[in-house]
Amino acid sequence: GDTSVLAGLYGPAEAKVSKELPDRAALEVLLRPKVGLPGVMERSREQLLRQTCEAVVLGVLHPRTAITLVLQVLSDAGSLLSCCLNAACMALLDAGLPLAALFCGVTCALQPDGTILLDPTARQEQEARATLTFAIASSERKVLMANTKGSCSVEEMQQCLAAAQRAADTIFQFYRDSVRRRYSK
Amino acid sequence: AAPQGRLLCGPGLRRGGAGLLVTKCGLLRHRPAGGGAYWVDSQQKRYVPVKGDHVIGIVTAKAGDVFRLDVGGSEPASLSYLAFEGATKRNRPNVQVGDLVYGQFVVANKDMEPEMVCIDSSGKSSGMGIIGQDGFLFKVSLGLIRKLLAPKCEIIQELSQLYPFELVLGMNGRIWVKAKTVQQTLIIVNILEACEYMTAEQRKQALAKLSGN
Repeated sequence: GDTSVLAGLYGPAEAKVSKELPDRAALEVLLRPKVGLPGVMERSREQLLRQTCEAVVLGVLHPRTAITLVLQVLSDAGSLLSCCLNAACMALLDAGLPLAALFCGVTCALQPDGTILLDPTARQEQEARATLTFAIASSERKVLMANTKGSCSVEEMQQCLAAAQRAADTIFQFYRDSVRRRYSK
Repeated sequence: AAPQGRLLCGPGLRRGGAGLLVTKCGLLRHRPAGGGAYWVDSQQKRYVPVKGDHVIGIVTAKAGDVFRLDVGGSEPASLSYLAFEGATKRNRPNVQVGDLVYGQFVVANKDMEPEMVCIDSSGKSSGMGIIGQDGFLFKVSLGLIRKLLAPKCEIIQELSQLYPFELVLGMNGRIWVKAKTVQQTLIIVNILEACEYMTAEQRKQALAKLSGN
């Protein structure tokens, strides 16, 4: 929809001695909301993004360095976390950092009558019984991260996961087209 | 049918499990010469030191017998004062903080601090060393440098017909240019920076406009 996030990646750069890890790169994520100072929600989202990115970035190729990812929310109309995930993956691709796999974020909203809605708007998210966000990797559609707000049964979560995996194909095709456009110039 | 012989795995590819893994996005290129080599051509702005690369470094500190150079990677590189042509313990090279040095990496891996020298394996300097005064240093993406370093590069040939100039290309994305006047230097800098996004026809048009002036 209208949610947009600007992502900037810096690295591998020199890390402070207190933060450097001896065998891999130290990944740091900063999420800045559109208005106001970053709060607790931003911190928890940053940790989710950081753990997802650490699973795909080959940090062992750049020990004792720091990779910084800065995300700025430009407009929020629902599905913010999966938008941040997609922006982060495109920033990693664009910067040329070595990755083991690509990932994409998909949000599902479970409505009170049981239907599944993909990429809900802010109003649909509020009306929904549960909102689930999945980060899905490109290699065999494995799940990297799952975040749930609200309550749902296990079968419903499995159904949402299957729908999200199908939707992930569209997003990976979008990545492929954007990269192809960039390299055809 | 897979050809026999050793296949070389270049930047962007890694050996993983039973086959090759692609780790960067870009165009896959193949060179059939030798045993065959595959690599991924990707566009990047951040430099990672690689052994044997010729780069331009800026001297940031002198620590005893060793100079610290900023090469645009994650760590400063070190350069010993004896690594210049004709340098002995009595005859030290005249290097100040802030000077530009063109050299190549002799040690550059992920675990150690990169080391540079300004002589090649036979002891001759072959164009390396301290870069003179004046001139202009600027940064471009690594893909443009690789394009400019290709043999018979059209951009350099067309530019040399405009004005005579001196050019040093570093694989870390840094270019140093010096022409007769400051204005000519700045024109060349602007053209080189714009070459990244211009097609060949736009470039020829821009150069024709400039040489007509």
